Amino acid sequence: MDYPDIATFLIVSVVKIAIVIVVLLTAVAYTVWLERKLVGHIQNRWGPSRVGPFGLLQPLADGLKLILKEDLTPPHVYRPIYILAPILSLTLALTSISLIPFGNFLHIGKNITTPLQISDINVGLLAILGVTSISVYGVALSGWSSNNKYSLLGALRASAQMVSYELALGLSLIGVLILSGSLSLRDIVDKQAGRVYGFIPNWNFFTGFQFVAFFIYLMAAYAETNRTPFDLPEAETELVAGYHTEYSSMKFAIFFMAEYANMITVGCLATVLFFGGWHGPVPSFTPALLKPVVPVLWFMVKVFFFLFLYIWVRGTLPRFRYDQLMAFGWKVLLPLAIANVVVTSLVVALRS
Amino acid sequence: MIHPVLFFVFAAVAVAGAINLLAQKHPINSALSLIVVMGALAVLYLLLGAEFVAAIQVIVYAGAVMVLFVFVIMLLNAGEEEHDGAASRVAKIFGYPAVALGGGALIYALATRGAPGMQVEIGRFLGGTRQVGRLLFRDFLLPFEVTSVLILIAIMGAVVLGRRGGEQ
Repeated sequence: MDYPDIATFLIVSVVKIAIVIVVLLTAVAYTVWLERKLVGHIQNRWGPSRVGPFGLLQPLADGLKLILKEDLTPPHVYRPIYILAPILSLTLALTSISLIPFGNFLHIGKNITTPLQISDINVGLLAILGVTSISVYGVALSGWSSNNKYSLLGALRASAQMVSYELALGLSLIGVLILSGSLSLRDIVDKQAGRVYGFIPNWNFFTGFQFVAFFIYLMAAYAETNRTPFDLPEAETELVAGYHTEYSSMKFAIFFMAEYANMITVGCLATVLFFGGWHGPVPSFTPALLKPVVPVLWFMVKVFFFLFLYIWVRGTLPRFRYDQLMAFGWKVLLPLAIANVVVTSLVVALRS
Repeated sequence: MIHPVLFFVFAAVAVAGAINLLAQKHPINSALSLIVVMGALAVLYLLLGAEFVAAIQVIVYAGAVMVLFVFVIMLLNAGEEEHDGAASRVAKIFGYPAVALGGGALIYALATRGAPGMQVEIGRFLGGTRQVGRLLFRDFLLPFEVTSVLILIAIMGAVVLGRRGGEQ
């Protein structure tokens, strides 16, 4: 980081924040499109196809529809918390994306150097875990304040599930932390640069032998974001729509946006921690002009892969039963995560 | 420059949250105020330069402990507290003197401002993640392990009590 004065720093930061928000919200809208299209094809139908070519304008139509719908507030809700809950959800979803590094340093002119990341803090990973652990409240409070038994059941399921899987999630990341020796996401990515034997990328997933950790992380993250096969908080066959049953119009859309933004964050974090962040799998020979752009493209390709995986899993797996969900979290993922920590630290200790 | 301003803002938020915690009648509002207090404390740690402690404060207290509080309040569907406004006898005999004693101790400590080496300056906390880890797992390993065994005993006790209630 290198800025001539504080005004430049502020301008650069605001520009970065604006770009990230625009890209993120566009990505959210088109992840919804991608999901409908892919799940459609998995189920042998077309998915959205009417609005624009390949239904590409469908997200715009959906957004317009949700904005123009009547915003009902049921009379029996507890108003302050009912309104606070969606705001909390989206705010926290946007906060966690601000900590993700999506590229290397960018040099503008001679004396401005800025990291491609909104804020680089040295406990970045812990901060993201903290934000994730607080985002339970968005779901829990929305369900409670709706004053509706289906919403309440959804919220209870969500909070129990998120607290249980947070343990496995946190423990699965310790292997990566032991390997990189830092809590800063930028340092973790920098440690994964280069290749082993000339062709295997030096990513934690391959050369760090963190396959098990990655599996645990992915399962726990799916549970944290309330996605299939762990989407019991919004199981529509049992709970109408779960915690957001009483929400309509933009308030519902905000929950929806928060869910997809969280999916993108999970993809980003998986990329950063296990798959080398912005480092590509093959050496690239790019002209100097494209140097800052290519790593960001690699990063986006990897995140896209994780989003694809999310949707693929949703189209493939049935929903867990609640006791199976809890048993899986506590009796399978947690011991596996602890075993991974022990083995990784043993190997690191023996090597050094 | 900006640090003292932030300190006073978040210290005020913490105190206001704590007062609101007592003043609110509904348990969920009190729980939310407690979360605000913990968040404000995390910011104060951050101002000292203790990022690790701040992050742990948020993850453990605001994220895990308070989620369970809110969970229990939701599960029991606890309603508004009914209170006749009169203080209990225990509060009269022990509570008021204890508050006076605590307040007096605090004022004395603030007035004498402690020994020169005991004060912590804003942003000058010498204890990153590495130092905290070293202290916990090397210098204070025995107390750390004893505490974890204590917590394990508490969990097992809770399970035993829960089981016994279920059989009857």
